[in-house]
Amino acid sequence: MRLTHWVTTLCFFALLVSGLEIVISHPRFYWGEAGNSLSKPLFQIPIPASRATVPTGYKYTLPDQNGWSRSLHFQSAWLAVFAGLLYFLYGVFSGHFRRNLVPNDEDLWTSIVRHLRFEKPDGGSYNVVQRITYLLVIFGLFPLMIWTGLAMSPAFTSAFPFTASALGGRQTARTIHFFVTFALTLFLLVHVVMVWRAGFLKRVRAMIVSEEAQ
Amino acid sequence: MISRRQLLAAAAGATGLGVAARVAQTSGLIPPDHGGLYGLGETLTYGAQKLLTAHSLAREFPRGLISNPPFANEVAPFNDEFKHHQATGFADWKLSIDGMVAKPQAFSVADIKALPPTSHITELSCEEGWTYIAEWTGARLSQVLEAVGVLPQARYAVYFSIEKDWWDSIDMAEALHPQTLVAYGLNGGELPVGIGGPLRMRVPRQLGYKSVKYITRVTLTDDLKKFGKGLGSAAPEGGYSWYAGI
Repeated sequence: MRLTHWVTTLCFFALLVSGLEIVISHPRFYWGEAGNSLSKPLFQIPIPASRATVPTGYKYTLPDQNGWSRSLHFQSAWLAVFAGLLYFLYGVFSGHFRRNLVPNDEDLWTSIVRHLRFEKPDGGSYNVVQRITYLLVIFGLFPLMIWTGLAMSPAFTSAFPFTASALGGRQTARTIHFFVTFALTLFLLVHVVMVWRAGFLKRVRAMIVSEEAQ
Repeated sequence: MISRRQLLAAAAGATGLGVAARVAQTSGLIPPDHGGLYGLGETLTYGAQKLLTAHSLAREFPRGLISNPPFANEVAPFNDEFKHHQATGFADWKLSIDGMVAKPQAFSVADIKALPPTSHITELSCEEGWTYIAEWTGARLSQVLEAVGVLPQARYAVYFSIEKDWWDSIDMAEALHPQTLVAYGLNGGELPVGIGGPLRMRVPRQLGYKSVKYITRVTLTDDLKKFGKGLGSAAPEGGYSWYAGI
């Protein structure tokens, strides 16, 4: 099951790179159903675009790499969803979620203070801040990412219109998809820093070989 | 050591995959661009969405949500043939329907307009990320095809723009879908040239690039390998997916 962690890691980087590449073709974000170069954006990333029709303020366009980026994005999304399903089934049936992720009786406030003081973790089981964060990522951000991704599909929303309308429209879905990217990237950075502090090599080895081998 | 049980399981798994692949092939769940590095993703998306969208209609919107003005994406400079048609008010424009049909026929814009009109307020979604909502009016492609008689072996509709190297294709389910139009009107008026006038294929359950502008020919076929590089359309030749339902 540690394999699903690394498959997800690989997919995340593929999705991040290809996703940013796709954003470059239209670095403007909108709220609601429709939005294009003639409508007022919610915000615009101040970068040049890979399309000449986007009013970026720059006099040049970047090379268009959307073809492979899109294919890589969707293939990685499929792989990540399969890995996620496997992990979910394992988490439910092995008791991993119940045992390791549902907050334990550790006091949340104490745990937060310990984090703020940058105290070194004492090893052993996940602390309560960790548990809540993992739960938010696994059951909040990942499903929201998949949902907002599917809400951008004209075919999927023809079969399940509420997936787009419940969010307030396709452009809202795209904007949330972008925000969640930030949240997940932030999680990844903090996650790596925490692993570093807990002893990077030891933790990575544990995540590759086995928990018992350490 | 591999035990006999593992060997049997592997064999059963391989056979299962083989059977699944054959079933997918015969039920038309495999896209023409299934090969290559991203073929698996293309196949999963097309297969899954074809099953999910067998009877679905693209989302339609209230009139108040129509984007004003609609966004006309940039097109390459028009060729001389198009400019000639433009100068003569598209009076001689022809949309020819051929291939696996009973009686091939060429329709003028007036012929297409004489068919029962259909309108829908749908969103055009570009692969770049932008969208606009407009009311599209046209003849259902299914009605145009009915007029010429679809032969039972037809599996795909391939359509061509008057502009060079601009062509695409959809499976027959999408071609006969009630919202797939040969569009000639937008928001109550003529379809502007910038949006694809005089005639544009409108496929609202897929990304904008499937809605090819300035169409002059639709041909029905049982084999996409006969066209271009055999990947189904010009899009995969440029690195994009053939199926664009995403």
